[in-house]
Amino acid sequence: MTRTSPVRRLAGVAHRHPGLRLAALLAAPMTWLVVAYLGALSIMLVSAFWTVNSFTSNIEYVWNLSNFQTIVTDPAYREIVLRTLGIAIAVTAIDLAFALPMALYLAFVATPRASRVMLAAVITPLWAGYLVKAYAWWVALSNGGIIDWILKPFGLSSPGFGTTAVILTLSYLWLPYMILPVYTSLGQMSPSVLSASADLGARPGRTLRTVVLPLLKPAIIAGSIFTFSLSLGDYLAVEIVGGNTTMLGSAIAGDVTLNLPLAAALSCVPVAIIVCYLLAARRSGALDQL
Amino acid sequence: MHLSRSARAGLRTAMIFGLAFIYVPLALVIVNSFNASASFQWPPRRFSTVWWSTAFGESGIREALLTSVRAGLGATALALVLGTLAAFAVVRYRFFGRQTISLLLILPIALPGIVTGIALNAAFSTVLTPLGIGFGLFTVILGHTTFCIVVVFNNVAARLRRLAPSAEQASADLGAHTFQTFWHITLPAVRSALVAGGLLAFALSFDEIVVTTFTAGPGTTTLPIWIFENLARPHQAPVVDVVAAVLILASVIPVYLAQRLSGDSVGGRL
Repeated sequence: MTRTSPVRRLAGVAHRHPGLRLAALLAAPMTWLVVAYLGALSIMLVSAFWTVNSFTSNIEYVWNLSNFQTIVTDPAYREIVLRTLGIAIAVTAIDLAFALPMALYLAFVATPRASRVMLAAVITPLWAGYLVKAYAWWVALSNGGIIDWILKPFGLSSPGFGTTAVILTLSYLWLPYMILPVYTSLGQMSPSVLSASADLGARPGRTLRTVVLPLLKPAIIAGSIFTFSLSLGDYLAVEIVGGNTTMLGSAIAGDVTLNLPLAAALSCVPVAIIVCYLLAARRSGALDQL
Repeated sequence: MHLSRSARAGLRTAMIFGLAFIYVPLALVIVNSFNASASFQWPPRRFSTVWWSTAFGESGIREALLTSVRAGLGATALALVLGTLAAFAVVRYRFFGRQTISLLLILPIALPGIVTGIALNAAFSTVLTPLGIGFGLFTVILGHTTFCIVVVFNNVAARLRRLAPSAEQASADLGAHTFQTFWHITLPAVRSALVAGGLLAFALSFDEIVVTTFTAGPGTTTLPIWIFENLARPHQAPVVDVVAAVLILASVIPVYLAQRLSGDSVGGRL
């Protein structure tokens, strides 16, 4: 028998035991995600059941639901949750309204060459950075800025810093995340399905409604994971262009130093909404579209 | 699809409007960086390059840039290893809980940065601080890796799903062992996916601020943290504008690299 190198022997062992191979592959990433990340996350969420002593400001480790009670009963918090949800939905709707015609144009109207160039043009700002883009809107919306200048002839002025500015800025930030999956999905659509619809007498409008849109659903959901979840948890855009507007993220940030258990309880709201959203998205097969 | 002339015109208008929506604010930042006045009054009255020379003279910006690059490289390296391992496991094997992993991977990027940030902050201070590892560049890298894994995973997994097993089987038939096959056959096949995933991971890390604020010590300033800190200082606004303008112009680099290295105009999957 010929002598085999230790590497080859190890390879042989790995080859004969698929379970071992799988364990070796999964060990590091799962340790990281489950132990480090999920562990940290659950410890934080558990602290939502504790309270802060209002005299000593120390955390009291007694299980109770008072933080959740505060969130549910305090109208200020209810308003913040509803406003944040409203903003996230508005941002998703605006991005969809922008992304759908743009993706349709890239897929069906532009020549392949022009489509490639324009797609790169749509994607490039994605790399410019979050703060840079939020800052750009801060500049544009500021008093005497370019939006004031554009709207002046119409007798209007810039919406200033507030909820409208937050919606505009967030829509701007997440727009490429919606265009990309929708365009990719349009590109994978088989042309024969479209011609079949046309052969059966459907006009383009009808084909769009009854064939293209249903096929696009997973891609739209995939895009909305970004536009919706990222808006729901955002707190920097609202700090920069939000004026006095408070969103869930900024409420959590405001509570962190003073009342960590309350901040943890507040964090449960976006976490619960997003996890439900992701579970629903996974059922529709949208996670494979990312 | 055969669209009517008016439908085509409508879509074209939407595209032009969309591109204008994307580019006007960015162009505004670049033009404004040459505005001689420190205010954002539009249109600018006088132009000068004074803010550019001021910005290049500031050592704080250079240090912050260096910190960001270090954090990005560290997080990208870790995410490349962890994301690739997870992608091979999920695509090549069938096991209990496989579906859950893709959900678990996307969680750090889908959940609010502030939630991840607070959680990691609490975990690091209970686990790492007693070990003598304080908050600094290392904790920032750990924090960034958590949400960078998913982009590497998505890119590599998408490539692996399309990869036919025949080349690897041929390699095994010709006598190559598992590691040789991986090194000579599988790795070259997924290389461009690794490049795309690595670029995206670096960009995510380079851009991140929320998790960074909660995982960086007081002395660790990344470029986004520098920008955010200086955004609040009115007299620094023109310098921030120059940094923003440079970052906008630099965003062409990753797109160009992605195009050259992987022949992909998009720069990978999100």
